[in-house]
Amino acid sequence: MKRLCVVLALLSSGAVASDKRSGVEYVSPETRALQADDFANPGMLWVGGGEALWNEAVGQTKKSCASCHQDAKQTMKGVAARYPVFDEVRKRPIDLQGRINQCRVRRQKAAAFAFESEALLSLSAYIAHQSRGMPVTPPRDERLWSYIENGKELYFRRIGQIDINCASCHDARAGQRLSGNLIPEAHPTGYPIYRLEWQSAGSLQRRMRGCMTGVRAEPYAYGSPEMINLELYLMNRAAGLPIETPAVRP
Amino acid sequence: MRLCLPLIALLIGGEATAQSLRPYQIEADAITQSLTGKTGVAARGQAIIADRQRGLCLLCHTGAFPEPHMQGNVAPDLREVVGTLSAGQLRLRLVDIRRVNPDSPMPSFYRNDGLTRVGAPWRGKPILAADEIEDVLAYLLTLQERK
Ligand code: HEC
Ligand code: HEC
Repeated sequence: MKRLCVVLALLSSGAVASDKRSGVEYVSPETRALQADDFANPGMLWVGGGEALWNEAVGQTKKSCASCHQDAKQTMKGVAARYPVFDEVRKRPIDLQGRINQCRVRRQKAAAFAFESEALLSLSAYIAHQSRGMPVTPPRDERLWSYIENGKELYFRRIGQIDINCASCHDARAGQRLSGNLIPEAHPTGYPIYRLEWQSAGSLQRRMRGCMTGVRAEPYAYGSPEMINLELYLMNRAAGLPIETPAVRP
Repeated sequence: MRLCLPLIALLIGGEATAQSLRPYQIEADAITQSLTGKTGVAARGQAIIADRQRGLCLLCHTGAFPEPHMQGNVAPDLREVVGTLSAGQLRLRLVDIRRVNPDSPMPSFYRNDGLTRVGAPWRGKPILAADEIEDVLAYLLTLQERK
């Protein structure tokens, strides 16, 4: 019961669903138009690339993702809207990229993709795209609670030479201008995103590392428990907002 | 001089890392003595602020600088924010504003201890050196004169 209260308090600390605003509402009309148009949205190149990889037989087993999961348009619908989830194998949370690599290694008997590799971003984008328009719906799984709590602690931990936490920008000052950029609410609903500054698609972890370096902190490593827990907290915080992958950001 | 003894904090800083920082005294809500013993140069302070990667001020504040659309509005304009604060009060706010307002998002510019996960390029260093603090302070004081 006590734990339940903790989690309820945790999740109610953010704004209610209708008050939350996607990052797309904080970008210029041009960038917004780019995201809205599937023919112009550069992120769709990664979605297309991911579809090809989905059907490619690889590894010692010579199996494709489709060999086990058939048509992603059916079977992957809603997956990105609920990840990260609790992983029965590792006995800790796993995010979508982690799951893709777990399938590569365990089921296809192929090498894991590197973080931020074209292939991992493409498959992530293709899978997440199947949830576009669906509300973020984190699982009600009490095994996740302590990890969400840890993610929240990290979100409120002051770090770096600037000695500031995520909340002081994304909770307290969303909509204000930091240098030339509007501060968004940090709802990770469109990942992987296409970022004009990167001239590439990139993961949520890459985006968070950007903010960490921005405050002159040592960013957490790709795939580290800290990164997964932050992802978990942010997705719980974004509950109810629709998935938008592939989003476009400045 | 209002020398309020119990409030004096003589900061020699956090052992190993802070050796490069000069000690200073906080009296009430001010640091009345220059960190370097010298008066800063306003033009140099202006240049430090104009270089956003150095001064960082324009990330959050606006001011009389080029490219207003690249200046933040997280905090009031520098011309406003200097208010009627004395040189000593401004110095403390540059050195360690968190002593005045613990919740301020504004970083402590002259501090190198009590920090978490500082990235390698910045570790053990304050954001601005003592002479740079004095230069920025000299520039802020010219904003008061112009009012
Ligand atoms: C000093 C202000 C500041 C701090 C502190 C900060 N961020 Fe950000 N964050 C920004 C700004 C500004 C952007 C948007 C930049 C852009 O799009 O060019 C952003 C973007 C993001 C986004 C992307 C949102 C979207 O719509 O795609 C996420 C996620 C995010 N931040 C997470 C974090 C996390 C996690 C932390 C703490 C580890 C953090 N931020 C700390 C200013 C900050
Ligand atoms: C990350 C944001 C941020 C940065 C960077 C920043 N400030 Fe501030 N500053 C603020 C905010 C917000 C306030 C309003 C008072 C508060 O919250 O402490 C403030 C207040 C001030 C004040 C008034 C303090 C008082 O007690 O009234 C001065 C003077 C000031 N800033 C100067 C500067 C200068 C000079 C720089 C750069 C060397 C700078 N600031 C960098 C956010 C910032």
